[in-house]
Amino acid sequence: MGYVETRNLHKHFGEVEAVNGVNLSVEEGELVVLLGPSGCGKTTLMRMIAGLEKPTSGEIYIAGERVDEDVPPRARGVAMVFQSYALYPHKMAGDNIAFPLEAVGMARLAIREAVARAAGMFGITHLLRRFPLQLSGGERQRVALARAVVRSPKVFLFDEPLSNLDAKLRATARFELKQFQREIGTTTIYVTHDQVEAMGLGDRIAVMNKGQVHQIGTPQDVYDDPADTFVATFIGSPPMNLIEHDAGTLVGFRPENFLPRQIFGAQDDVVTYRFRVRRVEYLGSDRFLYGVLEERQRSDQTVIADLPVTITTPIAEGEAYEFAVPCRAQRQFDARTGKTGKRKTDGAA
Amino acid sequence: MALRKDVRVDAAPAVAFRHATLADREDLLGRIMLTPALVYVIVLVGLPFALAILLSFSAASAGSLALSWVGVENFATIIRDSQFQRAVLNTVFFTVTSQILVTVMAVAAANVLDAAFAGKRAMRFLILLPWAAPVSLASMAWTWIFDSTFSVINWTLKVFGLLEGWLYWFGDPALAMIAIISVHVWRTFPFATVIVLAGMAAIPQDINEAALIDGASFWRKLFQVNLPLLLPIVTVSVLFGVVFTSTDLSIVWLLTRGGPYNSTHVLSSLAFQRGIMGADLGQGAAIALFLLPVLVIVATVMLRMARRAEVGV
Repeated sequence: MGYVETRNLHKHFGEVEAVNGVNLSVEEGELVVLLGPSGCGKTTLMRMIAGLEKPTSGEIYIAGERVDEDVPPRARGVAMVFQSYALYPHKMAGDNIAFPLEAVGMARLAIREAVARAAGMFGITHLLRRFPLQLSGGERQRVALARAVVRSPKVFLFDEPLSNLDAKLRATARFELKQFQREIGTTTIYVTHDQVEAMGLGDRIAVMNKGQVHQIGTPQDVYDDPADTFVATFIGSPPMNLIEHDAGTLVGFRPENFLPRQIFGAQDDVVTYRFRVRRVEYLGSDRFLYGVLEERQRSDQTVIADLPVTITTPIAEGEAYEFAVPCRAQRQFDARTGKTGKRKTDGAA
Repeated sequence: MALRKDVRVDAAPAVAFRHATLADREDLLGRIMLTPALVYVIVLVGLPFALAILLSFSAASAGSLALSWVGVENFATIIRDSQFQRAVLNTVFFTVTSQILVTVMAVAAANVLDAAFAGKRAMRFLILLPWAAPVSLASMAWTWIFDSTFSVINWTLKVFGLLEGWLYWFGDPALAMIAIISVHVWRTFPFATVIVLAGMAAIPQDINEAALIDGASFWRKLFQVNLPLLLPIVTVSVLFGVVFTSTDLSIVWLLTRGGPYNSTHVLSSLAFQRGIMGADLGQGAAIALFLLPVLVIVATVMLRMARRAEVGV
């Protein structure tokens, strides 16, 4: 049994099935990212684990204890960092961090020590006597983290805590967050719609859509072996190309695996396509080529190739070229269900 | 994409009202729209106010509006007047007590109404009802409730065995004051509730949820998170209530007319009795103006607090 576990969890808001039968199992010390487009139910799922929403049906366990029925948020041993940080605006940073400890009636001296320790951990000791309005976004985020960590919770719940930071700060904050989570080893569930964040942070990623978990696996798993066409097209930018093969089968391959034929050796096990390029986008480190596959494709569906700058083959708009995909990089999906089938070749399995 | 330089836009697009109309002249429009309010304030508030100041320094009576100047004599007379002294104390007591009650009840009611429960809309409507009820009509009902012979309160207390003897609500100064305060609280707390509710709606949901997860109990959340955040708007509500209550004439006048033995007069009812009923306009004006300096201070503080609540500091 996982440290945090949901069993057949449902949450309906009227007609809307926000969470629709989720079985999630998070191991102790693990960082699991809930990733999905907005409205996929990831936040609702997290709020149910926190105790802020009551499930319509299903079960939630934290550290082996069933909590979904009548354990209030304060008794679940969870700490949450909100997207807005939700700092108490009328309390100074230090008092914000002290608040969870005061609530459990800890002695004043012990509180002061714990606050000092948590503040030291995030390098905000000099900010303790400031009000949230006097802090920058990054500083507020640290105060929120310190408030979450101060009472040693069983589980951290992060609701897009980096999305209010500017892009530059976000990369640093992501790195620090990962470091910090590794160090203290607290089980963490992290909600985001940003796949870069998910790939960079998660020990495992649970990809969600329309209230359901489509796949849960390591970042490499969900990227390399998507369980279905939703995961295949949601993860990766640009997304995986999906082309109709024979009846009832879709073949998928990543744009960065779709390269000019001559890049591969003559012996390499590749599938060759005739690729008519319609548009070329120069992005500095990459070239994105948009076009269609000439003889293979019935529809006029756009296929994308992502050429790294190291491939200097001249490509002109409007021309057709021989392109190829390594067989081991091709994936097959059932056209009707979208679920993954056997790989195109079984060799690399 | 090259721009075609040979294409010239000659004809202006066919737009109605190509010339600036009155609606475009913000400076003029502003003045025009402000005029009715300005006229109202000058004619119905400013002039009577100036007249009141003038009257308070004169010996004018309802019979003769000859403004014979008597200086501060009116003020000197009323300050020595025991009825006036009593009215000042009553006004302060009436205002402070009712505002404390109103604030506590409004915060409580707002917390109840903020929770999700079936019939919440109906409940909100019912709570707001006393505020919308015409004061004269409500006072009629309340005079019956406090009637010396038919008081339903006495009857109820008797039935439950809580009352020995009989309470003559308007016959006893203390009971009469309790009655006045009760009706005033009943009448004004709905509005305060609405103000506090608006203030609560302005507190981000995240903050409440953070407090829940941080382990705060109901009371800790109320006193350490919600009330401090509500403070600016509650202050506005209280100051508004203070002005409204200390200048209110209707409740006292409709319930007790200042009785028994002029013991429940507040400044405005006494001013009305002296100035209008007793025809001593000078004294009435002096009584009515007595609290003006205090109210000016209150109003100034109120406006500042309202500004702070707006800015959200």
